[in-house]
Amino acid sequence: MSTAKQRFTLAAAAALALAATSLTATAQPRTDLVVGMALEPPHLDPTAGAAGAIKEVTYANLFEPLLRVDADGKLVPGLAERWTVSDDGLTYRFTLRPNAKFHDGTTADSADVKFTLDRARAADSVNAQKAYFAPISQVETPDPQTVVVTLSRPDGLFLFHMASGDAAIVAPESAATNKQKPVGTGPFKFDRWVAGDRVVLVRNPDYDGMKPKLDRVTFRFISDPAAQVAALKAGDIDAFTLFSTYEALPEFRNDPKFVVTVGSTEGETILSTNNARKPFDDVRVRRAMAHAIDRKTLIDGVLYGNGVAIGSHFPPHREGYVDLTGLYPYDPAKAKALLAEAGYPNGFDTTLRLPPPPYARRGGELVAAMLAEVGIRAKIEPVEWAAWLEKTFKGKDYDLTMIAHTEPLDIDIYARPDYYFNYRSERFNALNDELNRTQDPAKRNALYGEEQKVLAEDAVNGFLFMLPSVTVQKAGLTGMWVNRPVQANDVTGVSWK
Amino acid sequence: MRRRLPLSLHLGAALTLLLVAMALLSLLWTPYPAEQVRVIARLKPPSAAHWLGTDHFGRDVLSMVMVGARNSLAVGAAAVGLGLAAGVPLGLLAAALGRWGDEVVARLGDLVFAFPAVLTAILLTAALGAGAVNVVLALALFNSAVLARVTRGAALAVWRRPFVGAALALGRGPLSATLVHVLPNIAGIVVVQATVLFAVAIVNEAALSYLGLGIQPPSPSWGRMLGDAQTYLFTAPLQAVFPGVAIALSVMGLTMLGDGLRDWLDPRHRSSGVM
Amino acid sequence: MLAFLLRRLVSLIVTVWLASIVVFAVLQLVPGDPALLMLGVNAQPDTLAALRGQMGLDQPVLTRYLQWAGALARGDLGVSLTYARPVAELVAERLAVTLPLALLSLVISTALALPLGLLAAAQRGRGGDWAVLGFSQLGVSMPSFWIAILLILLFSLTLHWFPAGGFPGWTGPGWGGGIGPALHALLLPALALALPEAAILARVTRTAVLDTLAEDHIRTARAKGVSRTAVLLRHALPNALIPVATVLGLQISFLVAGAVVVENVFTLPGLGRLLYQAIGQRDLIVVQGVVVLLALFVVVVNALVDIACALADPRPKGVSS
Repeated sequence: MSTAKQRFTLAAAAALALAATSLTATAQPRTDLVVGMALEPPHLDPTAGAAGAIKEVTYANLFEPLLRVDADGKLVPGLAERWTVSDDGLTYRFTLRPNAKFHDGTTADSADVKFTLDRARAADSVNAQKAYFAPISQVETPDPQTVVVTLSRPDGLFLFHMASGDAAIVAPESAATNKQKPVGTGPFKFDRWVAGDRVVLVRNPDYDGMKPKLDRVTFRFISDPAAQVAALKAGDIDAFTLFSTYEALPEFRNDPKFVVTVGSTEGETILSTNNARKPFDDVRVRRAMAHAIDRKTLIDGVLYGNGVAIGSHFPPHREGYVDLTGLYPYDPAKAKALLAEAGYPNGFDTTLRLPPPPYARRGGELVAAMLAEVGIRAKIEPVEWAAWLEKTFKGKDYDLTMIAHTEPLDIDIYARPDYYFNYRSERFNALNDELNRTQDPAKRNALYGEEQKVLAEDAVNGFLFMLPSVTVQKAGLTGMWVNRPVQANDVTGVSWK
Repeated sequence: MRRRLPLSLHLGAALTLLLVAMALLSLLWTPYPAEQVRVIARLKPPSAAHWLGTDHFGRDVLSMVMVGARNSLAVGAAAVGLGLAAGVPLGLLAAALGRWGDEVVARLGDLVFAFPAVLTAILLTAALGAGAVNVVLALALFNSAVLARVTRGAALAVWRRPFVGAALALGRGPLSATLVHVLPNIAGIVVVQATVLFAVAIVNEAALSYLGLGIQPPSPSWGRMLGDAQTYLFTAPLQAVFPGVAIALSVMGLTMLGDGLRDWLDPRHRSSGVM
Repeated sequence: MLAFLLRRLVSLIVTVWLASIVVFAVLQLVPGDPALLMLGVNAQPDTLAALRGQMGLDQPVLTRYLQWAGALARGDLGVSLTYARPVAELVAERLAVTLPLALLSLVISTALALPLGLLAAAQRGRGGDWAVLGFSQLGVSMPSFWIAILLILLFSLTLHWFPAGGFPGWTGPGWGGGIGPALHALLLPALALALPEAAILARVTRTAVLDTLAEDHIRTARAKGVSRTAVLLRHALPNALIPVATVLGLQISFLVAGAVVVENVFTLPGLGRLLYQAIGQRDLIVVQGVVVLLALFVVVVNALVDIACALADPRPKGVSS
């Protein structure tokens, strides 16, 4: 009897203790965060690699460029607290934060900025975006807090480029080892990396700017869709960014424990077409393909409806966008007629090469099925990124491929003579030259509109949809980015309610 | 003397026949075209219209499983056929040549066996591109090494038997002795081994297609169906069951057939089931 | 015997050396430039050249092979192109997942197979025997990656007993890792690898036990009145262990291949996944190193099995089977 009573009191005490801890838990918001990502970065040096995952872990969290891009795509102060541009657009003067320090305790001053910029444009530079630094003719450091950058030619996108992860400021002492032990100036510092599983960042107590609310951020890498969903449901992950298991979204939307946001990225997903190769050199064939692809079904089938159709190579959320999605309505009969007119009444055989991302593998399968309906028999050839870059992008040896172009404002690629589309248009090139000379925003937007129309009329590529930025997060989490103006998981403004 | 046919032979032959019949039927008829996409009807559970449901693009799973049987059989047959064509002559040659020829074949075999078959296939598809043909080549390489080794061992045993020596003494050449005496005596062992390798090839093709390296869409493959199904485990768990059952039944049929054949040809040998 | 061992050693070294040549040659055929992959679509030609220089890819093929093979002979596996870390370090880190996985699956498979095999032998021709043979036939027929998917479906997604993938690491606490969570994450993959293995081993055990039961000394023991159970456990089982161990050794290379696939199903950061990812990333140094290590492992195990067989039974000595 007494033992039973004892047990009861013990149980009651335990229950009370539990209640107490859960009470304190609700009173005190959590200060840690686990972010899920599909891909693991190969290393953590944003100045020496193009992999998006590197920037998704390090940008704004670990490393700071001179300027930063915020959640709305605007330029805001980074390591530089202010800057001025001369009237001729050739001289940029950056004033650095006075007390900025690297995570190893050394001060971050103008010498580090000069080192970073000179390293990125040096002959032996391995910066993935070396072209960003090409306009720089010299970097001067009149005092520890001031950097003066002189350009050899005006560059309207220079500040934008200096806000990219590729321009993150690094120290000469740690530049060589940043890949494994990154040392930056950001509000978080590197703690550890469990290869194949996670990277852990902790709050930098010596940060001189606004301190983040979180004291520990873990990035977990889960490539398998079922495991992603399971980890979210089990509560192991607080927010999964660039979530691409779209078929699971209805479940999360219906669950009050989760919040799903769908935002924009800069990724125009297109059916890239080799315009120099027969039969795709015939605009009628390209238009036939445009009529053969049912974008609504494609978006439904691949993105479960979470995407916006495009009619040219321009994102709908940007100024200057022209809606051209109605130019080639889904019409298999018309597609067949156009093919017959072009001399292919029985269609033709071709190859559709697909890189690894699910949107390409899944979408490619659907596109091939749609093309087959009008007689275009596309053989599917899956390739890894390395082979895609080598054979398709660099070698231009392909018929069709499917890919999202994720660079912001990259419509100028259609003016590049050696680009893998093999597209050449005097009209487009003239527009692009004019655009480069034009400063007035309204006129620039009008020119962007003209460019979009030319591309749509020429049906250069199959213009399909914008890749969405889907985030699944726990209710109560605030400050996660909805849109993706740059590749980043900037968690400096994230907190728990 | 009349031997009773082992039970495993009956069961194995029945399952294998079922597989072949399904593959042949798929040439003439499937409930729906296996490649027909209907996104609106995706991920439906089994129903009267779609006995095994539909996949993530609304394709009929039963039709895909049927055509998948054809593809699995084709890859298996090609991998084993090429393996036989290369492995058996090599093994016979090694046994006939003795010493150094034997040594060369043995060392080549060691080299092939140093890499697990799936690993060879992964490396080969990385070099030559993903696809059924390259998977067949990789599996055939492995099969020819196994068959060469088995043939050589069996052939050596036949060479040691007195009637071969007698034939040689009577003036038969090594080639003719091989064809007339050795080959017929080892045929049984080779057939048994080939049956087992067929089953192994089906499993390996499925594993490689699961990784996306094997048979390519739109042609259905059991392995890739499982790979796709894993993405939809939450929404459509049954999709991960049917193609797996198809693989398991085929492998079961072929291994039982192999075991049964071995027991029938050599009743003293109790089946140990080592692949 | 010494001559036999020496020959085995020489052929082992030759095989691994040939394997290194084959791997290196095959990788030269693999399309894709590691530097281009690292730097992406906007990389400039001079940047690519600089990175290729850093990676040592600007050397002629033969020079690269000799450098790599020379270092390999000294036990140096080189530095990963992607991770910028010594390959030996990466391999050691990944072995901390793969080795426990393989050991765990070996333990599970023998723990399942020996009792089942014994049971079948004891019940020969009766219900238990048929049940075990049926299980064994089923286990042999199911590919391990399908078993893995079914286990995830049942134990992770439906019952929520185990994680569906990933590995928390052996160290903790605070990072979610530690011995408990790590073993927890390894159990399902180990089971997926172990079931087909157990199916084969159960059959081998059954056959071996039946073989020994037929031998004279066992019959004598039985005639002397030793109980059937005692005979099974004390006489038949120890004798059956030799063929079981032999088969286990031969199965090692299947286990290695199975681990590559199963690690991918469970996204475990093991050696197989490292290899698979390294192929995708064109991290040639890692691929070469890991493949040669795997080949070495398989060849050594095969040689050990050979030697063990030769020791146990002197007949096939000299004739490599």
